[in-house]
Amino acid sequence: MTEPLDVPYRDRERSVTMEPMGEEHEELLTINIGPHHPATHGVLRLLTTLEGEIVRDVKPIIGYVHTGIEKSCEDQQYWKVIPFVERMDYLSYYFNAMAYCMAVESLLDEEVPERAQWLRVIHLELNRVASHLFWIATGALDIGAITMLWWGCRDRDLALDLFEMSGGQRFHTRYFQVGGVVEDIPPGFEERARAFIKTMRSRIPQYLNLLDRNEIWLQRTKGSGIVSTETLLGLGVTGPLLRASGHPWDLRKAMPYSGYEKFDFNIPVGSVGDNYDRYRVRVEEMLESLRIVEQALDGLPEGPYITANRKVALPPRHELATSMEALIHHFKLVTEGFRVPPGETYVGIESPRGELGCYVLADGSAKPARVHMRDPSFVNLQALPEMARDHLLADFIACVAMLDPILGGVDR
Amino acid sequence: MPDATGLELIAQRVREGVADDAVTGTLFHRGRATLDVAPQSVHDVIAYLRDADQEPWERLMSLHGVDYLPEEPRLGVHYELLSMERVDRLNVRTRVGVEDARLPTVVDLHPTANFQEREVYDMFGVVFEGHPDMRRILMPEDYEGHPQRRDFPMGGEPVIYTYNEPKLPRWYD
Repeated sequence: MTEPLDVPYRDRERSVTMEPMGEEHEELLTINIGPHHPATHGVLRLLTTLEGEIVRDVKPIIGYVHTGIEKSCEDQQYWKVIPFVERMDYLSYYFNAMAYCMAVESLLDEEVPERAQWLRVIHLELNRVASHLFWIATGALDIGAITMLWWGCRDRDLALDLFEMSGGQRFHTRYFQVGGVVEDIPPGFEERARAFIKTMRSRIPQYLNLLDRNEIWLQRTKGSGIVSTETLLGLGVTGPLLRASGHPWDLRKAMPYSGYEKFDFNIPVGSVGDNYDRYRVRVEEMLESLRIVEQALDGLPEGPYITANRKVALPPRHELATSMEALIHHFKLVTEGFRVPPGETYVGIESPRGELGCYVLADGSAKPARVHMRDPSFVNLQALPEMARDHLLADFIACVAMLDPILGGVDR
Repeated sequence: MPDATGLELIAQRVREGVADDAVTGTLFHRGRATLDVAPQSVHDVIAYLRDADQEPWERLMSLHGVDYLPEEPRLGVHYELLSMERVDRLNVRTRVGVEDARLPTVVDLHPTANFQEREVYDMFGVVFEGHPDMRRILMPEDYEGHPQRRDFPMGGEPVIYTYNEPKLPRWYD
């Protein structure tokens, strides 16, 4: 007689309820999950059709946190739009600001100083680590590993401390400006950042120790949510979800921006494309991001941190007391803002969730005529029915967790 | 991005492969190649660029709407195509008027367009014919108007609090 524990868990599960058991189970049950549910990472409503415990269809219903940010942007001067777009995908605010600033810079044909580009890379990658930390914290919580929530939030706080040092805020820092960054990093930032890298390099193995041998975690993630690469590409899915299925598409390598071509880093890819691969790809991405931050701190070039074009960037504060021109420029920028020549552009960058595109239409005035974000969460959410179909309801929650949708970005 | 010459070559091939009047113009601005396409041939052009062209554009990364007020025709729909092999982007743009805002859907070619076409319909009122599920996506189902249009007033809706809830006319109907 075989011991129950010798039989793989999937087989045991299958022997219980994976197949319909007769007439009483053939009836489909439609159940509404959300909009308020801790496992939906925000205000996401999922209309789920169940057969017994097996998910047969999912319809995501969104729009509960639609706040019209894109419409509000049309009423703001270009440089005042930055705080608005940062609030879309509220875990990766540096990326939203980056996509928008790059779009406006390309319309203005404005060069960004090299030091500013490297400072941007440092903050983007720190933000990627912070975003993935919060993902692993809440994702593991969905599957029941509450320790991971405390650990993830504890370590993300260290990254937020760094953001507070450089930009004055922990969230929505408004650190990136059109033409550069708002301030140079303060003394002591580099030391703290290096300490953070060192801490994270010792803590990520701890996460792996906690999760990789946790049977509940492995049962929920291994072999569940597999979608073929071709389907994912057709659905427009990018980012860790696509890379977990083995397709090494990363805009940082494919279309380098902001000096990413100068850094030495790898693109982690999965082999199976299940939820476990998605988890491992993101964990490896954190380690790669730490490598990029380290290289950027090592080689940070000297020079200005924002463009010298006073038509776009505010003059330094000390010049206002002595220079008439600086005062005029300051007054013009704060009251009217800068004008952008007519044109339109689309810029795509690699956010923690995939391709974050920003489309800006300029009509020659000081306010954008249209700002649109191609948010990766919004597009990736279309893959959820494919991922969850014919899986257990518990696996479905794991699929939502590993999809990592940020509803602020989905609804904008 | 294809350069200005490459864009003209693409336009020429599309004219030959789809129809003479399919391409209405090209625009090369700040390194971004835009192919202007007549609204009735959008589906054919996207299909041609995906399958038949010698340099295929096999991925649709983004689909978004825009209101060009006061220009006519007012509404524009952009298709940001991507070639992962050649690591290149091409923008296909079409323009429709507010009165006859109808376009053929591309969901059958690129399933990713599903949510994005619904968003364009929701925000701009462009109806995509043949779309499997042409409903609003972000605004409430019973909402009237298309808020991203430039003539839609900003801040026109009163915010409901407890004190003014009974006074606001029939919001609960």
